[in-house]
Amino acid sequence: MFPRPIQQRSQTAQWVYAIALPLALILWLFPLLGVAITSVRPASDLAQGNYFGWPSYIAFENYADVFRNTPMLQYIQNSFIVTIPTVIGSVALSLMTGFALAVYKFKANLILFFMFVAGNFVPFQILMVPVRDMTLSLGMYNTYWGLALFHIAFQTGFCTLFMRNFIKALPFELIEAARVEGVSEARIFWYIVLPLMRPAIAALSVLIFTFIWNDFFWATVLTTSPEAQPITAGLSSLNGQWVAAWHLVSAGSILAALPPVAMFFLMQKHFIAGLTLGAVK
Amino acid sequence: MSAYWKANQRRLAPWLFLAPGMLMFAVYVIIPIFQSMWISFYDWDGLGEATWIGTANYVEMTTDPNMRKSFVNNIIWLVLYLLAVPAGLFIAIFLNQTVGGIRLYKSLFFFPFVISQVVVGLIFSWFYAPGFGLFYKVIEYFNGTGIAILADPDLVTYGIIAAGLWPQIAYVMILYLTGLNNVAPDQVEAARLDGAKGWKMLYYVILPQLRPATFIAVVVTVIGALRSFDLVSIMTSGGPFGSSRVLSYYMYETALSEYGYRMGYGAAIAVVLFAIMMVFISGFIWKMWRDETER
Amino acid sequence: MAPFVNAGQFLDVTDVWDGNGLNDSLASAAASMTIDGKKWGVPYTYYQWGIYFNKDAYKAAGVEAPGPEGVDWATFIANCEKFKAAGIDCLTTGTKALWPGAGIFDYMSLRTNGYEWHMDLTAGKIAWTDDSVRAVFAELGKLQPYVTANHAAIDWQDAAALLVQGKAANYVMGNFAVATFKEGGMTNDNLGFMAFPEITPGIPRSEDAPTDTIHIPAGAANPADAKLFLAYVASADAQTKLNAAIGQLPTNKNSTVPQDDPFLVSGFQMLSTAHALSQFFDRDAPAEMAKAGMEGIQQFLVQPEELDNILARLEQVRGQVYK
Repeated sequence: MFPRPIQQRSQTAQWVYAIALPLALILWLFPLLGVAITSVRPASDLAQGNYFGWPSYIAFENYADVFRNTPMLQYIQNSFIVTIPTVIGSVALSLMTGFALAVYKFKANLILFFMFVAGNFVPFQILMVPVRDMTLSLGMYNTYWGLALFHIAFQTGFCTLFMRNFIKALPFELIEAARVEGVSEARIFWYIVLPLMRPAIAALSVLIFTFIWNDFFWATVLTTSPEAQPITAGLSSLNGQWVAAWHLVSAGSILAALPPVAMFFLMQKHFIAGLTLGAVK
Repeated sequence: MSAYWKANQRRLAPWLFLAPGMLMFAVYVIIPIFQSMWISFYDWDGLGEATWIGTANYVEMTTDPNMRKSFVNNIIWLVLYLLAVPAGLFIAIFLNQTVGGIRLYKSLFFFPFVISQVVVGLIFSWFYAPGFGLFYKVIEYFNGTGIAILADPDLVTYGIIAAGLWPQIAYVMILYLTGLNNVAPDQVEAARLDGAKGWKMLYYVILPQLRPATFIAVVVTVIGALRSFDLVSIMTSGGPFGSSRVLSYYMYETALSEYGYRMGYGAAIAVVLFAIMMVFISGFIWKMWRDETER
Repeated sequence: MAPFVNAGQFLDVTDVWDGNGLNDSLASAAASMTIDGKKWGVPYTYYQWGIYFNKDAYKAAGVEAPGPEGVDWATFIANCEKFKAAGIDCLTTGTKALWPGAGIFDYMSLRTNGYEWHMDLTAGKIAWTDDSVRAVFAELGKLQPYVTANHAAIDWQDAAALLVQGKAANYVMGNFAVATFKEGGMTNDNLGFMAFPEITPGIPRSEDAPTDTIHIPAGAANPADAKLFLAYVASADAQTKLNAAIGQLPTNKNSTVPQDDPFLVSGFQMLSTAHALSQFFDRDAPAEMAKAGMEGIQQFLVQPEELDNILARLEQVRGQVYK
């Protein structure tokens, strides 16, 4: 194990570590803590210049204000409506592409695979003008579907990389054996491979959920109004109205951060497994 | 029909499985790349008729001071963003212990990565805010006068990069934590018996085993640095007077923002950004290709 | 409006004008709504720009607050020196979103060289490196040391808070800001308004007064009812009510301005006696020029020593924008 376990070191070193750990964490999360506290600081405190002391009381009314006076609920709902189909769609598509690229040997295999991988890394800006035009001409500008369809397509790149590598690591003998038995390819996919994919599906789902929830660029490019805007774009436009109202900006930020954070804590194992696939051999 | 299918099933199946995904990917990703390249040769306001102007957009770029500024800032981003790799490694080593509650510590350290960059941008805008921002106050305490980072043309880019490093370090940290978890214990023990410790151990024994993690960390950091759009947009909109522009933001600004309507010029900027990115993507693909064909 | 009309995105609404007597009641805006002899929209509101000031801040610095007739330029600058001594920003603004700085520049330009010159400048007929432009920046340079230091990092509302708190004395702004000042606790007693001071003697006084308009998109599903709505918004009665609610001025000459709002009353008075009205820098100049120009103005307010570079860059942009 590296570094040497702290338990094997001197008593002093253990003490220092025990103190340094929480201290480092507080420093690390300091900006976030500041915002969390500001989100429950009453507006009157800010007006009187009490930016850093204890809030004079815990003002949950800031959150109530955010919900009452802004389309925050609508934004959150939009985010879910865009994110969930994207997760389902891109996972479903990539199960198939990943299966095809992992199991079959054909000439274009690696080329296609690398096309998906490379496409996943291109700058969004090179897609911006044509994708926006296409969405406009399909009549899906400023709709959930316009945004979700693009996300499904784009995330298929990353998901294919993920699924293909995962299936590649499955024991190929299973598939061979089934073929010898005369099982059709579709049945192999459905009854043999798919049940083994559960951890991959779980890991990808939480990852894609977080990516899409946090997307800002496409939300700005493909939506314009609270009817379809997800929370990132919504928060950005509210920020324009909330200048100097940091208690509301903070409350809105915390609300926007909650779902992915909850997702992360509930599905931590899968999340990290997905993110670090390939970090070890 | 059924006989044909039986005989050729294994040859046709992959294409049927690939078709839906490939279709979507082609329509939304592959084809638009070429369309953008095409549009970059036009003068087009997004509303009226487009006029073919050949390479004029690219020629204009060579004398466009905003372009130069964006490019320089992109390089600063790229170089400084890579600090996330050693910093993430450092935190990972710091946290790679088995004391009580360490799991929670690891998750909390990872926290910034889970949050949207929009929120990170807002958090740091508040942190830097002139007059009452925490950072401003701390500088004021030591220095007499505070520094409004986001108003200072020379410091603004560094201020935004610092905000970007926060989640990026968390990401790299988790990659290395997983990597450290899988370092072969017998090798470490053997090296220890040989008297290796500290830096030597890290450099000669640990880092070589962390190579896959380092590779991914570098890839995601480089891509992240070149994609830096959200933070610039939220924190400064490229200002003051364009000092914090990067290519990805300048492209958006040119083609779609309040004062932008030049789709052709924007597409040309995107093509340049794409070309820069392709250098890194090709390197990445080349390495993967080698790994794949060696197997 | 022109880019949309030229691209065929707007519906011709000439019949709305002809059928509702708008050519008479909206006469002052008729020319600006006309392209190719047709009308393309209706104006429903406009508002004045000028200097809003905090009388308490004047008192705190021991400076006599200006009356409704305002002060002259030399006095204004001299006052700034006194505010500086008292630790108060003489002029505040927040240029993070760029346009507030352009308001200051517009007045420098209108007062130094006049409306016709300013229109030529925004139409690209005057080189940015010309001496007449330098004269404008020379005047702006007198003001520059007294502008809120971190203006580039704050929004106009943040700067409004500085005025409300008495940390700043004057603010070049549009009348929409009055609501923000009052929300912050200011009243008709301590909030003052004056026209921007005269700089070059003898130049007729012109003002920034952006007009907001409503249009019908070319592909509208129900143009008949949309036209009814436009006719309604253009009517004297609707404009009276609408503008009383949003605190701005009606464009219909038969509408009335609430007499209990001193800012609307003096704004109306100021605009109706003005030599000419400009729309605002980012509406008078084409978008790309406006963007570059506003960045240049912001940079000058932060780094006045960069003037030569700023003007050279703006001149380069002018060469590309107006073809």
